[in-house]
Amino acid sequence: MLLIEDLKVKIGDKVILSHIDLKIPEGVTCVLFGPNGSGKTSLLMTIMGFSQYKVVGGRIIFDGKDITNLPTYERARLGIGISFQRPPAINGLKLKDMIKICGANDDSLAEKMARKLNLEKFLNRDVNVGFSGGEIKRSELLQLMAQSPKMLLIDEPESGVDLENISLVGETIETLIKGNDHYELPRKVIKRERKRSGLIITHTGYILDYITADMGAVLYNGAIACQGNPIEILKWIKGKGYKECSRCVA
Amino acid sequence: MRGLDNDKKKLLEKKATYGEDIDLNQFKIDVSEKPYIEDVSKISDQDKEQMLKAGVDLSEKERTGTFIQKDQSVVHCKVKQEGLEVMPIVDALKKYDWLKDYYWKAVSKDLDKYSASADIFPSNGYFIRSLPNQKISYPVQTCLYMEEDNVEQNVHNIIIVEEESELHIITGCTTSPFLNSGLHIGISEFYIKRNSKLSFTMIHNWKEGVHVRPRSATIVEEGGTFLSNYIVMKPLKSLQTYPTTHLVGEGAVARYYSIMVASKNSYMDVGSKVVLHAPNTRAEVISRAITTGGKIIARGRLEGEKPGIKAHLECKGLILKEGIIEAIPELVGITEGVEMSHEAAVGKIAKEEIEYLMARGLSEEEATSTIVRGFLKIDIVGLPSILREEIDKAVAETEKDMF
Repeated sequence: MLLIEDLKVKIGDKVILSHIDLKIPEGVTCVLFGPNGSGKTSLLMTIMGFSQYKVVGGRIIFDGKDITNLPTYERARLGIGISFQRPPAINGLKLKDMIKICGANDDSLAEKMARKLNLEKFLNRDVNVGFSGGEIKRSELLQLMAQSPKMLLIDEPESGVDLENISLVGETIETLIKGNDHYELPRKVIKRERKRSGLIITHTGYILDYITADMGAVLYNGAIACQGNPIEILKWIKGKGYKECSRCVA
Repeated sequence: MRGLDNDKKKLLEKKATYGEDIDLNQFKIDVSEKPYIEDVSKISDQDKEQMLKAGVDLSEKERTGTFIQKDQSVVHCKVKQEGLEVMPIVDALKKYDWLKDYYWKAVSKDLDKYSASADIFPSNGYFIRSLPNQKISYPVQTCLYMEEDNVEQNVHNIIIVEEESELHIITGCTTSPFLNSGLHIGISEFYIKRNSKLSFTMIHNWKEGVHVRPRSATIVEEGGTFLSNYIVMKPLKSLQTYPTTHLVGEGAVARYYSIMVASKNSYMDVGSKVVLHAPNTRAEVISRAITTGGKIIARGRLEGEKPGIKAHLECKGLILKEGIIEAIPELVGITEGVEMSHEAAVGKIAKEEIEYLMARGLSEEEATSTIVRGFLKIDIVGLPSILREEIDKAVAETEKDMF
């Protein structure tokens, strides 16, 4: 599904990611660990093709297609969806219209999806304008629901979410990845969803209480430090801290 | 000059405080009379289309009256509802002796050469009045149309909203599609009586060679509400206007919403001023300006004179390709207990907003136009949906040319 080969990325003149190799097969969810500033978000933004992130080496293959130089919207149309950690506010664009942009053209479907995330009251509000951290997370997941992508990129789903909503966010991500959501989508779409993959950034690992991850990777100083069983990795990080990971790289 | 005494000659040379100075002598005052048209369906399709772009719908669906002035002649005037008066100002001045107490009372005829010219060379204009306790549900539409080249069109309008009544007006300003140059001077005086409400929506659809100098003022009494929507998105040569509202009665409210788009070679100097003379009055002045190559000066001024007043000013500008936007918000408080604020911003569309929408599958152009549409979308409190639709139509109509 997603194959990253020897990827090197710069912002301006500064190298922020190097020698990134990562393979996430169809139906596999990978959790990406790493301390603040290690390059986790940059990796997601690069996969999505944001202009600030210049790929200077290596390539990104999605569904067998080299997407390294494709514009962002084409990657989205191929089936990559992203949940941002700090998305910008869009004045004058209602959340319900954003959901339409994402692909749910039917008003009642949009409402149904919003209800699942306790966001019905937000449908007529401008996207992210005055949203709290947790509301942003839920609104991002709502957009992903409508988009129904094959590959989910999710940036720190647990940050800024209060305890009351963490399970809602966690369970929503789990259903999104599994593709067994109960909202009414055409059968064709549901079938496709069963092959979804995910790349989820977590700083704390809390999200693993809700989702079943198949693999884990640690990003440290702009490089993948280790890959393996996500629960094992989390235990290791909790016990020894991220610093130990740098040894792995060496 | 035109056989006048010295005082008048002097006034006709009095420059306006703002905006490019225009030599009035280059325009004709005397133009041929245009014939009266009883049946608006007989108006040419070409004219109908021009009017429709300015919100004037000659099918007259959901309209309570229609007034059309071409150059200096009133060519159509009809009213369809009881409790509502629509007539040429010349006729109204003959019919109502008391109207002289409203004529040139809100706007000063000595303000500048443009008001002076409208006074010395009056042509016509409209008089619209809702009678006490009448709620006029659908809007009255008026159209000011410039047909001949090089003409100075002088229009003087008086709108009176009597006590406890409600009135909606949509005014479309437009021209013949072949017009090369002209000067439009529009004097508008609004009187909003106790506990009454007026929404006034003006859509401009001028042409590249037209200069526009509206001079308007509004007086709002106790508990009255004035809502002004001003949409000017089509190319023109120059526009300078600074309408003022005086909130003279306790609890009176004024809201100004302006949407301006200046294309290359268009110069717009547009302000809105509200003087809050009475306690507990409220004002909101909101403007959205976009340039795709022209220059916009967005002014706004709030003057708070009594305790308990509340007012907010917001000018936001977006430079899409090139061009200049100058936002000049002013607040003046002369007593304690006033609450006034302003917010001004000029910039370009943030790249991260575009990319955010691209990540949802929109191309760069689609993302940009979605953001621009959102920028121009102002939530207008108390505007009937039919007028909201007219504003949305005008925005959509211009959007095509913006990118």
